[in-house]
Amino acid sequence: MATTTEIPLTLNRDEILRYSRHLIMPEVGMEGQQKLKAARVLCIGTGGLGSPLALYLAAAGVGTLGLVDFDVVDYTNLQRQIIHSTADVGRKKLDSAADKLKGINPFLNLQTFDTRLSSANAMELFRDFDIIADGTDNFPTRYLVNDACVLSGKPNVYGSIFRFEGQASVFATKDGPCYRCLYPEPPPPGLVPSCAEGGVLGILPGLVGVMQATEVIKLILGIGDPLIGRLLLIDALGMKFRELKLRKNPDCPVCGTHPTVTKLIDYNEFCGIRGEEKPVASGVPEIQVEELKRRLDAKDDVFVLDVREPHEYQICNIGGYLIPLNDLPKRVNELDSSREIVVHCKMGGRSAKAAAFLQQSGFTKVQNLAGGITAWSERVDPKVPKY
Amino acid sequence: MNKINIPTPLRQYVGKQASVEVPGATVGEAMNSLVAQHPDLRKHLYTEDGKLRAFVNLYVNDEDIRYLHKEATELKDGDSISIVPSIAGGAGS
Repeated sequence: MATTTEIPLTLNRDEILRYSRHLIMPEVGMEGQQKLKAARVLCIGTGGLGSPLALYLAAAGVGTLGLVDFDVVDYTNLQRQIIHSTADVGRKKLDSAADKLKGINPFLNLQTFDTRLSSANAMELFRDFDIIADGTDNFPTRYLVNDACVLSGKPNVYGSIFRFEGQASVFATKDGPCYRCLYPEPPPPGLVPSCAEGGVLGILPGLVGVMQATEVIKLILGIGDPLIGRLLLIDALGMKFRELKLRKNPDCPVCGTHPTVTKLIDYNEFCGIRGEEKPVASGVPEIQVEELKRRLDAKDDVFVLDVREPHEYQICNIGGYLIPLNDLPKRVNELDSSREIVVHCKMGGRSAKAAAFLQQSGFTKVQNLAGGITAWSERVDPKVPKY
Repeated sequence: MNKINIPTPLRQYVGKQASVEVPGATVGEAMNSLVAQHPDLRKHLYTEDGKLRAFVNLYVNDEDIRYLHKEATELKDGDSISIVPSIAGGAGS
């Protein structure tokens, strides 16, 4: 499926030498390389997936690359976001990415969009590109990208990851399925953990991101069998690849025969997220880290319950009593409901759930440590390592 | 008996196994066996009124059951069921 833009852009002598390994293959050749040069690809996100995606598309000679990212490089990104280096920590991801991409290929026409993709700007942003590559990290944006692709008639090269597994496909082509054909509704917030809470094997977005780049290039050149109507499941631990058949759903609200979604909606609302993206267990009193420190120093009778996993306790702890969140229902009898209990985890999410559970089980003196051991490290005791 | 492939996010509820063998002549029966053996799994796959959650898809071999006979899809020897939930990676919570 070739792009719809014309291909008058010729290659100069330097480009011919640069792309020689493409040009000597009949499947690419001069014509194919010119198609790449004429192509305009928008990469949403320059993180785990976006890093290898953008790097390989730039190297391959895609003429115009757009990058959308509002974020700043964080130290914990470096384990997998290979377009960023240590010296870039604190810089805008777009600036860091731009340096590396132009460094690889000065012929690249790079357009950066320092913004959060939203219903207000997506259609306008997508207009000047031919293919959209989705490298985002949250459900509302995934649905937004999908709907905007269907509504603007641009294919959506999709990749997603979790821990050791990934998925890849090409959505929103004219006759193929879209993301909503596969998953009409998102999971409620908090049910599917993120990389920050669940972790991710650093190489995984590398594997999946390059698959996305491969699909982008195949679409541009019109060669091979693209992942249209196919969901590729990647199991990095088993190094197994499976494929499931995807069908276009005739009743799909966005791409079906009688669509009900004809313009972009409020995706945070769609995903059940109101206001903040963090799901908060309402009704659970919170305690700040400074207050906990004060009470512990004053030798108040406070019981600190740590609901993280044993391997996290080994990284760092504040001497709390460890009952991992999933074990809490079975081990709740180890706790004394007459004592004051402060529950903590890494960042406050799991402990909020634990505290809510304890309240429902009849514990009346429960508080959630806001910000978790991370906040303790930042504001009370920097000797406690952050992870 | 047929094999049910368990996706990573749900393996903690089945004693960390990547797949589970269950009896059942149809997808529905096999899934009932699965959640009977591993009750912690139920709320992650099914709503309170017993419907499969919309962000979870079931496949028999490589076909989505929505395009076969849904939970009434019959299973032959050697057929495997895959549970495929949506994943998005990334953003912290």
